[in-house]
Amino acid sequence: MSKRWVFDEDRCKGCGLCVQACPEEIILFSDRLNRSGYRMPEITAQDDCISCGFCARVCPDVAIEIYRPDGGRKTENSRDGGR
Amino acid sequence: MKAVYEKPKSLTDVVTHYCPGCTHGVAHRLVAEVIDDLKLEDRAVGIASVGCSVFAYDYFEVDFQQAAHGRAPAVATGIKRVHPDSVVFTYQGDGDLASIGAAEIVHAAMRGENITVVFINNAIYGMTGGQMAPTTLVGQKASTSPAGRDPDHSGSPIRVCEMLSTLPGVAYLARVSCHDARGIMSAKRSIGKAFQTQLDGEGFALVEILSNCPTNWGMSPVESLEWVKEHMVRYYPLGEFCTPGEGE
Amino acid sequence: MSDLQLFKGNEAVGEAAVRAGCRHFFGYPITPQNELPEYMSWRLPEVGGVFLQAESEVAAINMVYGAGGAGAKAMTSSSSPGISLKQEGISFLAGAEIPGVIVNMVRGGPGLGGIQPAQSDYFQATRGGGHGDYRTVVLGPASLQELVDMTYEAFQIADRYRNPVMVVGDGVMGQMMEPVVFPDMAEVTDPPDWATTGKRGRDNFNLINSLYLDPEELWEHNRKLNDKYRQMTEKEVRWETRATDDADFAFVAYGTTARIVQKAVEQMREDGHAVGLVRPQTLWPFPQEPFDELSDRVDGFRTVEMSLGQMVEDVRLAVQGRVPVQFYGTTGGVMPDYRDIISAMEEMMRKVGGRR
Ligand SMILES: Cc1ncc(C[n+]2csc(CCOP(=O)(O)OP(=O)(O)O)c2C)c(N)n1
Ligand code: SF4
Ligand code: SF4
Ligand code: SF4
Repeated sequence: MSKRWVFDEDRCKGCGLCVQACPEEIILFSDRLNRSGYRMPEITAQDDCISCGFCARVCPDVAIEIYRPDGGRKTENSRDGGR
Repeated sequence: MKAVYEKPKSLTDVVTHYCPGCTHGVAHRLVAEVIDDLKLEDRAVGIASVGCSVFAYDYFEVDFQQAAHGRAPAVATGIKRVHPDSVVFTYQGDGDLASIGAAEIVHAAMRGENITVVFINNAIYGMTGGQMAPTTLVGQKASTSPAGRDPDHSGSPIRVCEMLSTLPGVAYLARVSCHDARGIMSAKRSIGKAFQTQLDGEGFALVEILSNCPTNWGMSPVESLEWVKEHMVRYYPLGEFCTPGEGE
Repeated sequence: MSDLQLFKGNEAVGEAAVRAGCRHFFGYPITPQNELPEYMSWRLPEVGGVFLQAESEVAAINMVYGAGGAGAKAMTSSSSPGISLKQEGISFLAGAEIPGVIVNMVRGGPGLGGIQPAQSDYFQATRGGGHGDYRTVVLGPASLQELVDMTYEAFQIADRYRNPVMVVGDGVMGQMMEPVVFPDMAEVTDPPDWATTGKRGRDNFNLINSLYLDPEELWEHNRKLNDKYRQMTEKEVRWETRATDDADFAFVAYGTTARIVQKAVEQMREDGHAVGLVRPQTLWPFPQEPFDELSDRVDGFRTVEMSLGQMVEDVRLAVQGRVPVQFYGTTGGVMPDYRDIISAMEEMMRKVGGRR
């Protein structure tokens, strides 16, 4: 199964807002630093992600993209802007 | 797999210069999403103000003018009066809009100038290093109010939405907050309405976004959003103050 | 040939601007230029343009910034205190390379000063006035016909260099009536390709900006601007000389003052004095050539201004000490009397004497 949580590590500034926002508490800080020296978050269990999009919503640096398996539970869709 | 959330097309690939956790980034993204949703990329003209968001022009895939401190609404007026079919928006901080540019915002609103204003209220002058802003809360420490803002000395903070809501030219006014995912979604809806108001030719639209400045507040990003929720939302109530068609 | 029409100065500026293709005017009331915005308030809508009364001169110049950046021929006007307020905006126009025309009907200062004619904003107009290394072409008409022609040309110069251009008059120029011929109506052109019109199918996005945080980049930007200023110095400089061929002494004066000096010259010529007049038509770039030519021939220059002595500094720079340069002026809204001007010159002639 392909990933729900797609991370662009070069955009991340290690602010931790995604860690705080995840209702499933599956985003944690890793030990890895990115090119700019920011400590990056990581997802601990892709399978537990419910594709709610909260982490991506709060990320000020657009470092996270969220996908959902076709036919999966609809939460929020950026294409209709959640409107 | 279907996209739930992807980077909006109207944002460039440039990584912003904002501090980690600064919600300027969130507000940018929301504006870009609305530009995408309403398919405005060919008509939108943004005005970057003076403040931390001065480089906004590097982050959006649309035409931009950079304006002198506080004058973005006047610049927007000039553009909109030349190209009424353009979709013109300013992006301004609270020092820019509520202090030095107070006259310009009030008069653009009074004229019912058909523009959209994205107003970032982070209760401080970010770019110049954390001085007191007109929006700084009573008791809040800033580099020019080291003991905390004293209302007897500096007055009490301006509530921009409430102030503008008395003007008949205003079509849409809302205050939203970026302190959590729910607030961000609501902010997105309001920004969408503020652009739609312009598309419908209804008049002046402004969205005030309560934001953070972790760097100058001396807090972690997470703490700063907590502070927005606990302190700013209390003084600056969220909600819509004017919607199109009201009071006509 | 177009018809002669009797026009008031301020209104003539408005009509000339409309003829030049200006369709956007932003202003704020101040005496003695009010007839110009008033004229534009009905004339622009007639030709599909926009007149907007701004909340201040600061807002007005920034509306010009927006409109000019969006590709329009935009204009604002004011008088001295209001022009002071516009300085930041003018600097931004220059820095962001936006064309725009600013008219200053100068009144007496400093501070609130008065409402009578003056030329005491010469430093402000020619030295930039605002912050940063920048220049604006400054036109100083001396008749209503010239006011019309220069207003018209101001838009062309502004477009040619993507730079603000100033037209400097005074209360007399704004209020007086003279017959004028207007140029034909210019076609209103499409916005240039750099303008912020919205992308409208363009691949790139356009940016109007004067911010360069990297010092090297800012220097480079300034060098580019400087190339334009150099070109303006070469190509836009204008002046007129009267009766200087055989002159022993020459007056230097511009604008309204030049008209009074012209009368003094005529009178002195009748009385047998060989005097002439150098009249800068562009205050910036300031004409060097007539002074190079005349400094070998005349025994001195007498600069006459409605100020405490501002242009006289440029005259001294141009003359470079080759012959004496003296100043005579009135200020605060008092116009010089041609008889006093004659006395001033006669005194200079006595003191300096025939050197050669
Ligand atoms: C005329 C003028 N005065 C002062 C400044 C300096 N200045 C730059 S940014 C800024 C404050 C901006 O604060 P705000 O609008 O709250 O935006 P923030 O940086 O917090 O996003 C000031 C005072 C300037 N650039 N121009
Ligand atoms: S919110 Fe974005 S920038 Fe902040 S740590 Fe998470 S991924 Fe990185
Ligand atoms: S999409 Fe929701 S569940 Fe998945 S990682 Fe992000 S916040 Fe957590
Ligand atoms: S100084 Fe404050 S407002 Fe500016 S980028 Fe940093 S956190 Fe954001």
